[in-house]
Amino acid sequence: MDCRVEMGDLMITLSNIHSFVLGLQAVYTEKKDYLTQLDSPIGDGDHGINMARGFDAVIKAWDAKPPIDIGEAFKTVSMAIIKNVGGSSGPLYGTMFLRMAAFVGKKTEIDLADWTSALEKGIEGIAQMGKGQKGDKTMLDAFYPALAALKSAAGKSLKEALSDSVQAGTNGMKDTIPMLAKKGRASYLGERSIGHQDPGATSAVYLLEIAADKFGE
Amino acid sequence: MKKIINDANAVVLETLQGMEKAHGDIIKVNYDPFFITRKEIKKKVAIVSGGGSGHEPLHGGFVGLGMLDAACPGAVFTSPTPDQMEAATKAVNTGAGVIHLVKNYTGDIMNFQMAADICAADDIKVEAIVIDDDVAVKDSLYTAGRRGVGSTVLTEKIIGASAQRGDDLSAVVKFANYCKDNGRSMGMALTSCTPPASGKPIFDIGDDEIEMGVGIHGEPGRERMKIKPADELVDYMMEPILSDLSLKNGDEVIMMVNGMGGTPLIELYVAFNHAVEVANKKGIKTARSLVGNYITSLDMQGFSITIMKANADILKLWDAPVWTAGLRWGI
Repeated sequence: MDCRVEMGDLMITLSNIHSFVLGLQAVYTEKKDYLTQLDSPIGDGDHGINMARGFDAVIKAWDAKPPIDIGEAFKTVSMAIIKNVGGSSGPLYGTMFLRMAAFVGKKTEIDLADWTSALEKGIEGIAQMGKGQKGDKTMLDAFYPALAALKSAAGKSLKEALSDSVQAGTNGMKDTIPMLAKKGRASYLGERSIGHQDPGATSAVYLLEIAADKFGE
Repeated sequence: MKKIINDANAVVLETLQGMEKAHGDIIKVNYDPFFITRKEIKKKVAIVSGGGSGHEPLHGGFVGLGMLDAACPGAVFTSPTPDQMEAATKAVNTGAGVIHLVKNYTGDIMNFQMAADICAADDIKVEAIVIDDDVAVKDSLYTAGRRGVGSTVLTEKIIGASAQRGDDLSAVVKFANYCKDNGRSMGMALTSCTPPASGKPIFDIGDDEIEMGVGIHGEPGRERMKIKPADELVDYMMEPILSDLSLKNGDEVIMMVNGMGGTPLIELYVAFNHAVEVANKKGIKTARSLVGNYITSLDMQGFSITIMKANADILKLWDAPVWTAGLRWGI
């Protein structure tokens, strides 16, 4: 049997989305101190704390009322983030998942093309809410290259495409180090923001990594 | 880290419980979601503010007669969330309109915007006023703009008085915009603050160094410099404030010298003494003043100066009765 073709056909199920959300809670809890450390010199030192608190609330909301389709799942994630994260990550990630929910709707499984389009809608939501652009030293600098990698993944398996998106996102995240911040609290630093990796781009890469890890399992 | 806390995650909750016990005659606290309202809601324009915790008495300590109708406390140094502002807005809305008074931080702007959108969908008219008075930050296309700091306190007092006497929404908004345009501030820090959740200082600073132009969340300022005598610090801070406001001989101002939370009043009065002298030398009269801890940054040592250009209307509103946990006179 041609293994590659079979893997390429793999769908992302509601159960994969559940693993993804559990994985995000685990990674943001594990990386809480690291994200907070990144946020201290150029932000206000709370990104890890807020993301960990937010995804604890996501899991609580999911367990209280397990979603029956992927749209509802993304909406559950969005609402819990909006209500519990605060700061700017709350509205930004909250809006992202809300747009993804609207795109996916009542589907209980999605394919790579759906995931790519959902992510694109989510990223558009982030850009609108934060009025951000590529190169502003924000989460968009990880998300845009990751999205471009997914879009050019025609013919690749789900796993390969997701892995490419992680690689592209990681490169984008590293590219934020020499950037001058133009949005958020880091922008107050002007030149002093140069030389620091953006915490938002870092938390965005974790999201891409967990997706690559949990989808296509 | 040494702090008078039980659990870093319970600090905001236990502070609210303490405030309710201390000031139950003035405020009511809602716990899910967190917001503080006046004990009695009467028909008038409502003023709702909010922001991260850690700046007490701002904002909850300014809820009461003649000032705010509701305040939404976020986690320490983290904007509150839209469900808080939505619930607080609905709790104090009497149909005369609601003002959201927002300090200019990316998170606060986005969360208040989401709340205003939700309220608009329920036919509640919300006007957002964004305070951005910190002259330490360059206001340019390439930053998030000037931060909202000390002018927020003065604005809450002035527009609170306007709403209290029965002005309509457009009149209260006019005074809010006046405050936004005519108040400027600058702060400095001797030490960093230490947020309870991280337990670590936000920045390292030498024993003989200060951060000039610091923000109220420990954001870096204009310059790291050696400590100087109080008068020289005040000179450094007054210059950009006065020049940004283009004040001239004969102008009257309200001046606040505010402690960041860890600086004793004895030092604040030393600073205030010279700030008034600096203004006097330029022929600017300090018509009203406020010296104390009003917009703090947890345990940070340092102070800020806020100056708002005044006129007869503004001074009348400033002198109007106020009865809150953090500010009370005229009754």
